[in-house]
Amino acid sequence: MSEAETMLSVDNLKVYFDIKPEGAMLWTKPLRLKAVDGVSFDLKKGETLGIVGESGCGKSTLARAVISMVPSESGRVVWMGSDILGLPVDKMRPLRREIQMIFQDPLASLDPRMTIGEIIAEPLKTHMRNLKPKEIKERVQAMMDKVGLLPNQINRYPHEFSGGQCQRIGIARSLILEPKLVICDEPVSALDVSIQAQVINLLTRLQKELGISLIFIAHDLSVVKHISDRVLVLYLGNAVEMSDGDELYMRPRHPYTQLLISAVPIPDPEIEQNREVDLIKGELPSPINPPSGCVFRTRCPRVQEKCAKEKPVLQTIEGTHQVACHFPLD
Amino acid sequence: MAIADQKVQEFSERLVTAEEIKGRSLWQDASRRFFRNKAAFASLIVLTLVVLFTFVGPYFAVWSNEEIDWSVLGQVPTKGVPSFESGHFFGTDDLGRDLYSRVIQGTQISLLVGIIGAGIAVLVGTFYGAVAGYFGGRIDSAMMRTVDILLAIPYMFILILLLMVFGRSVLMLFVGIGLVSWLGMARIVRGQTLSIKNKEFVEAALVTGVHPFTIIFRHIVPNLLGVVAVYATLLVPEMILTESFISFLGLGVQEPNTSWGALISQGASTIQYGTLWQLLFPLFFFVISLFSFYFIGDGLRDALDPKDR
Repeated sequence: MSEAETMLSVDNLKVYFDIKPEGAMLWTKPLRLKAVDGVSFDLKKGETLGIVGESGCGKSTLARAVISMVPSESGRVVWMGSDILGLPVDKMRPLRREIQMIFQDPLASLDPRMTIGEIIAEPLKTHMRNLKPKEIKERVQAMMDKVGLLPNQINRYPHEFSGGQCQRIGIARSLILEPKLVICDEPVSALDVSIQAQVINLLTRLQKELGISLIFIAHDLSVVKHISDRVLVLYLGNAVEMSDGDELYMRPRHPYTQLLISAVPIPDPEIEQNREVDLIKGELPSPINPPSGCVFRTRCPRVQEKCAKEKPVLQTIEGTHQVACHFPLD
Repeated sequence: MAIADQKVQEFSERLVTAEEIKGRSLWQDASRRFFRNKAAFASLIVLTLVVLFTFVGPYFAVWSNEEIDWSVLGQVPTKGVPSFESGHFFGTDDLGRDLYSRVIQGTQISLLVGIIGAGIAVLVGTFYGAVAGYFGGRIDSAMMRTVDILLAIPYMFILILLLMVFGRSVLMLFVGIGLVSWLGMARIVRGQTLSIKNKEFVEAALVTGVHPFTIIFRHIVPNLLGVVAVYATLLVPEMILTESFISFLGLGVQEPNTSWGALISQGASTIQYGTLWQLLFPLFFFVISLFSFYFIGDGLRDALDPKDR
């Protein structure tokens, strides 16, 4: 894995939003919401990076900032050797071909007035303008076949499909240009469990066939564990731990990760009923006014004085295992 | 069991090899709902008949709309009554002109005013509102404040001034009505655009790198056409009413042209002489057409927005 070339390198990425409090006057200084506060990671070719965290911790914002869909405050995003952060729109457009995205709500991500043939063909029409209608149709039908849709359904509309099928359409659309990286923004959260498995298996199969990299965002730890090579844990816009998937689940070092993993339900009613889960106490603090020092200190069971004063940085502690904690678990 | 298996086999084969299945679009759904709405469907038929009448009617006319029947002049209340013998099916007006032909012509002009006014509103208002809503920020503020300022000007005043300064003509009437009709449409479309542009399918198009104007025309406009269609059908009668009001004041279309408003105005002014038909015939067409437009608008709203019922 380590020999493979690095495709995407994100360095100290920060995304801040200015928020005007209600009833603000023109001269009122806006509040700063630190949605993503200095996150760094690398992604290698063919690798899957899972990003997990509570809702509102900045997972989606991070992914969108990487592809310049939301403006970033500072940091660097290096894609195939060149910095792409803050590129003008027309310079960014050719890159859109290489990085595609799959969305959370399968039905909402498909235009209800277009047939699925038109939907899947849209990236082709945008980036390969000299294709003839017949070639486009052939490619669309081949892609539909690949994602497990019947090619003769090409003229149907999104509302005539189930959620899982709609997600397949979304996957087909994202893969038709043969991108190098696909960002999956909670692609299975809106589906029920059996369909989740189908869609995830489809994604892993296509990843192997096409050799694409994935950034897989989810809040379901077991899903992320299944699909990811490495996992990044976010808390309140900060990376708290990053490690190889299995290592992270076997030996979490950050107290937050440990609490998250202990909360994953076990699919056995007897064990599930009798075990004690350490719940994370308290609420997620507001990103407008994050705690000083370590952002997790207000809810951490191992909190000490140092945590309020110094902000821990992401440090490598063993092999590829990185953790941002003054007092990591063993 | 074996038979069932065979059936499943056949079915799956049919699924795979079958012809391309035609999808049922949201428009088709909506039109089915529309035609099931009896009031709306009946109104559509009535309106179609009125429009047909303006095309077919002239072939049956004995008198043109400009000709004066000298034989009835001066004795309109007695000789100008509606009758098949004299050829004046709807009677004559105060000057002895054939009311049948004049009603046909008035209907044509009034419908044209309504449809062109609403047409301008649809074209200009949709584009303007979609651009303002989609780009947002300063562009949106500047564009919508312009609309607010234009709306704040009393438009009847402007319309009357226009007709006084440039002379009374149908063209001026179109210009004047066109100038103001799109403002409300622009506001409605902008509001809809704001909600559509945050949908995930627009984001998906953005991530793919689709050009902003392509997004507006490919994704935003088709999704707000439902609202536009409803509002446009309600705009048509509004335009007709405006024109009628102007004509009623004596400022609208010029003789020998006429419109519903002008005809009703003339009919109302001679009502004391007992020539009631001069009011009733234009009024009848006016009322059934407006009713039809409102019912169609209502039916369209129900058909396009089934959730809102």
